[in-house]
Amino acid sequence: MKKTLAILLVLVLGMTVLFTGCGSGSDEAAGGDGTEPTLKVGYIFIGAINDGGFTQSMYEGAMKAEEELGGQIETKYIENVSDGDISASTDAAMNLIDQGCNVIVGCSYGYMDALEALANSGDYDDVTFLHFSGNKMNDTNFDNWFGSMEQARYLTGMAAASVAKNGVLGYVAAHPYTEVQIGINAFTLGAQAVNPDVEVKVVYIGTWGDAEIEKTAAEQLIQAGAEVVCYHADSTATQVAAAEAGDVYAIGWNYPQNDCGDLYLTAAYWNTAAYFIPTFQSIMDGTFKPQSYYGTMADGLIAIDELSDAIPDDVKAKIEDTKAKMEAGEFEVFTGPIKYNDGSVLCEEGQTLDRAGIWSINKEVEGVTAISK
Amino acid sequence: MHNLIKITKRADMKRSQEAIIYTVAILLSIVCAGLVLLVLGLDPVNIFRSIVEGALGTEMRIQQTLTKAIPLLITSLGIIVAFKMNFWNIGAEGQITMGAFGAALVALHVPETMPLPLVLLMMFVTAVICGAVWAFIPAIFKAKLGTNETIFTLMMNYVAIKFVTYLQYGPWIDPNGSGFPRIAQFNSNCILPKLFGVNVGWIFALVCVVFVYFFMNHTKKGYEITVVGQSVETARYAGMNISRIIIIAMLISGGLCGTVGMIQASAVEKTLVAGIANGYGFTAIITAWLSKLNPIICAFVCLAFAALLQGGTYIQISLGVSSAVAGVVQGLILFFVLGSEFFIRYKLSFGHKKEVA
Repeated sequence: MKKTLAILLVLVLGMTVLFTGCGSGSDEAAGGDGTEPTLKVGYIFIGAINDGGFTQSMYEGAMKAEEELGGQIETKYIENVSDGDISASTDAAMNLIDQGCNVIVGCSYGYMDALEALANSGDYDDVTFLHFSGNKMNDTNFDNWFGSMEQARYLTGMAAASVAKNGVLGYVAAHPYTEVQIGINAFTLGAQAVNPDVEVKVVYIGTWGDAEIEKTAAEQLIQAGAEVVCYHADSTATQVAAAEAGDVYAIGWNYPQNDCGDLYLTAAYWNTAAYFIPTFQSIMDGTFKPQSYYGTMADGLIAIDELSDAIPDDVKAKIEDTKAKMEAGEFEVFTGPIKYNDGSVLCEEGQTLDRAGIWSINKEVEGVTAISK
Repeated sequence: MHNLIKITKRADMKRSQEAIIYTVAILLSIVCAGLVLLVLGLDPVNIFRSIVEGALGTEMRIQQTLTKAIPLLITSLGIIVAFKMNFWNIGAEGQITMGAFGAALVALHVPETMPLPLVLLMMFVTAVICGAVWAFIPAIFKAKLGTNETIFTLMMNYVAIKFVTYLQYGPWIDPNGSGFPRIAQFNSNCILPKLFGVNVGWIFALVCVVFVYFFMNHTKKGYEITVVGQSVETARYAGMNISRIIIIAMLISGGLCGTVGMIQASAVEKTLVAGIANGYGFTAIITAWLSKLNPIICAFVCLAFAALLQGGTYIQISLGVSSAVAGVVQGLILFFVLGSEFFIRYKLSFGHKKEVA
């Protein structure tokens, strides 16, 4: 026994020497280029940076911002942080701050209470907290940001309706919650602008991201007759389900990634650099003031991917036209008359919903049938 | 044909020998983890150093480590009480969840003006009761009908978690949350205070260590639990009331887990969420086992585990490695240490050597 132990000890020592030999140098490289970055930005991600969806769109924006503001920004991040419990996001934020971050970007609605508590605790007054999709803020160091995704959803709805011969569209959705319902409703209105008789079938999966569940839900929708599927969930599993079915089109979400080849119509996505770059710049300039930022198609935060050739030319032209009108501020997605699918009125004839009105949506519009998994 | 390897059960092993086996196992796990990291193109020495630094390097990191150790330790203690009796309580996760439910039941319904100590006491008591009830159900079935407690307690976890999910989506949903499925935050008179930057749960955890140690080693009930664990027949022969012992042990076990739910809901989450137990109920099985069901050793094992968790978070940020890397290191350490148990319990004899009778 003692002999084994001795051999092992020698082995460990040997390894240590070997490891140190291989690994040295990586440390010194970091601090070598002279100037210290002004901002250390720490991102809390709900998924992995290569998920082809939500987290990737956040990460690419972060990278673009770092590149654009050359040398002044250092990026740190932590992946797969649960938004179901406050301890996980508090823990992540505190660890990022501990490692020198002076800007914290929380990329999920569920991080809100954790970030608010830290921002208002008085211990982190020199740290700026930028929260995606929330509705809380303060006057000094806590801001929230989101965008009019209803615009992009509307346009992708038009694209979807144009290729669905039977008029059935499938929608894999996270939670039956305002943000998601805005997307579903805008998508449906867009689809109805092309084909008034479309039927949008929604499955709520009860999570922002779980590739297995997303895929099963997409398959369920395809079996129910959907000829186009789209999703409000973090992975591209819905696209994969479409590709496996072979004759079902898919629309991407969050990030312009095509995982279904010719069946990919377009994507509604976040061009997050459009928010990061000016915001980081203002923090560095000392002119930052927390706001409830709501990006649009016009300022570039909201985008759609190139349109597939499967979409008929006349619809393509109509989409481009609507998009131009949106950018010019001449087209509002939620313009009455619009009814919820239970018959109640969302928007009267001639009325247009403002941001507050849009964010009080709590049901699906006519033309949608929804089930929860 | 001779067997090349013969496995025989060992008689008692010397403490020193056990210690050597454990040391070997830990060293091996480090070597192995190092190799894996090397294959992944990472620098193992840097990673190991960073894990330690990340867990203990600054005051804030130590606080984070301790905050993670609290639920792990109290849950492990609860599990120890049950395991001592050979009652496989896999249901700590559910008992924590129900404890948190009990705490929330109080926190969401008391007026904002009620004094903090009173609210906390009420939350504590309901949490203990709820956790204990959740453990009592499988215990009574085991005691009266001899059902399999492993399956039963495991299933009870999912019932508890689904129950809280239901509350979160349905009756308890925060009316000001734009329909987002979550329960409102507790008022400030429901939040456990901090001492030295860590919620006072740590004091309670230490009290629990002493309590469980004393209870198991110096009380009649504790002794009876150990006897039942070693041999039900002996216990019965000695005239012990086995059903009663099973139920008492599980009430204590579930009650301890219930307090974890209260601490997590009050101090960490500041509300009730379905994921409140956060896997601590399962990790605690490992830590209880690694500590050989000794409450004092358990405190150290839990600290080490919490350090590994916190260090894992740290390396993700500082070195930009994926969270899976920390998981691999943890997994390997467990694999070797648990694997070494085999060598403590059994003896391997090689080749054609004649067995000496």
